Amino acid sequence: MNVDVAFLSTWALPLVFLGPLIAAVITFVIGASAVSRFIGLLVPLGVFAVSIALIIATMDGQVVVSQIAGWPGGIAIAFVGDLFSALMLAVSSLLVFTSMVFSYAAGLGIDRWFVPAVLIMTGGVYGAYATADLFNLFVMVEVALLPSYILMSRSGTLTALRAARLYLIVNLTASTLFLAGLGAVYGVTGTVNMAALAGLGVLPVVGVATGVIVIALSLKAALVPTHSWLPATYPYTSPAVTALFSGLLTKIGVYALVRIISLIYEPGQLVTVIVVIACVASMVIGVLGALGEGTIRGVLTFHMISQVGYILVGVVLAGAVGLAAVVFYLIHHTIVKTSLFLTGGTVEHEEGTGIIRRLGGLARAHPVASLAFLLAALSLIGIPPFSGFWAKLGVLNAAADAGSALVFAAALVVSVGTLGSMLKLGSGVFWGTPKGMREEDEETPSDVTVGPETVGATGVAIDVATAVEAPPVTRWRPLLVIPGLALALVSLGIGLYPEWLLSLADTAGRSLADPAAYVSAVLGGGS
Amino acid sequence: MTLAIAVGLLAAVGTWLVVRGGAVRLILGFILLGHAANLIIISAGGAFRREAPLVDGQLLAENAADPLPQAFVLTAIVITFGVTVYLLSLVARTAKQSSKVEDESIGRIEDPTDGGGRSS
Repeated sequence: MNVDVAFLSTWALPLVFLGPLIAAVITFVIGASAVSRFIGLLVPLGVFAVSIALIIATMDGQVVVSQIAGWPGGIAIAFVGDLFSALMLAVSSLLVFTSMVFSYAAGLGIDRWFVPAVLIMTGGVYGAYATADLFNLFVMVEVALLPSYILMSRSGTLTALRAARLYLIVNLTASTLFLAGLGAVYGVTGTVNMAALAGLGVLPVVGVATGVIVIALSLKAALVPTHSWLPATYPYTSPAVTALFSGLLTKIGVYALVRIISLIYEPGQLVTVIVVIACVASMVIGVLGALGEGTIRGVLTFHMISQVGYILVGVVLAGAVGLAAVVFYLIHHTIVKTSLFLTGGTVEHEEGTGIIRRLGGLARAHPVASLAFLLAALSLIGIPPFSGFWAKLGVLNAAADAGSALVFAAALVVSVGTLGSMLKLGSGVFWGTPKGMREEDEETPSDVTVGPETVGATGVAIDVATAVEAPPVTRWRPLLVIPGLALALVSLGIGLYPEWLLSLADTAGRSLADPAAYVSAVLGGGS
Repeated sequence: MTLAIAVGLLAAVGTWLVVRGGAVRLILGFILLGHAANLIIISAGGAFRREAPLVDGQLLAENAADPLPQAFVLTAIVITFGVTVYLLSLVARTAKQSSKVEDESIGRIEDPTDGGGRSS
């Protein structure tokens, strides 16, 4: 397989950022119509094609660089595609495509702001994955955030507006902090080029200055102790938007943290200890919070915090092994979490509520959606043969390699909590007694009817009442169900044939651990 | 030193305003915090270098101002401006929706299912 690297670096890489922006202008001028909705689907497909080409070009560890405007390396603002960026671009564009299908089915496409806003947001996200310049990263994050403010508050209800206000405040705080950190980094090093900063974190002044940026990014990634804004904002917009946000916006923070920590800091610095503690705390607090939530998206959002801990803990563990685990986990998590949000969103759209107490027994009438949930939930818990199993195995492997008993134990114990929160969703929403058949206060597990597929079922009780008179059933719209199912099947596919992604993650992890190729490509002259 | 004191004052007053709560104080606070961050970037370029880099075609590299932080700050000001305008309109919109917008914190909201869903 040959890919024209010159074409990639000259055209494709900058177009990953510019293309969605141009498309956004076009769709905004056209207004809400079939044409603009079609463009909204076409752009993520195009980015996906580019990212596949990038993966092929970089799978041997090569780095594709585009020095914007042809300035020499080190002076130009570079766009870089290495394997990590390429994989992130691929998985992001995939989830944008599926979320777009879901949004159209949910009726969001009739809003003339929706398609342009999503396109600009995704453009910013792709740009953030591709840039090799800290200030440019800041700009890309802002490009992604501005339309997200609009999407957040678009439904116009008081609840959405309040959530949008909190969301805006949190992100404004993070951005201001990021900016201050940038000033500090530039002040002590005279550059904000990420390649030029490689390894400089060992100098105390640079380490502290970069630390300000790390704190700002942790806030965006919702890592404990800066996590509490996430469950207070994400569940209060429309389900499709929550799915997009979870797959794109928090992931920029996670991606940037991985990139910056692995590039700028050296293993064994104080920052690694702090990150490990924050990650383990995230794992535990996130999963406990999820258990206490009462809505589908509440559980899923809180659980994201736990997963962020799982993803990031590998950054500071066991070098290349840990970073490979990070890459694999990040990809797995993005797919599976989006699948769960989409399936949960289907329930909300079709049943009119996301409150677990008011739902139940949906599996009988809607077996396909329930299957999608079951597959994704099993993957999230980490049961073979799903991608989640290999992802967790990677984290455990890295923890064992680094000899970190704390991380190893936390990763295992928290899995039980994940099982608990998924059981809560599964038995409360899809299995169990259909709504209206159950007293408000009857929530003891023994009361719940459990399907034969449910993992860890404690007891099966057949409710006579439900067998006699089932409520009238309306079929769910297939286009709402299919996106979530498709992503769950992708996770199953990765889990059944993990070798190719494991080897890609391994290569990506090794080039993150030893960024020599990245540094020389970015700094070493033209493309 | 002047810059450092200015940054400290702006950050302190900005933080105080944000923490006090209330929509207008919040916005003013963030404007001040944004200024503080911008001044940090300007000071990163070296406040002592402030001459024009080219005078009559002559390069004065000695005291020439560093153009990069100025470009950074320019970009940041534009972004902050845009976000501030959006924040103002959001506050105005929220005020329209609810008459008691002042000093209202978000916290946990009881029923989150009214966003975009097709109610049955």
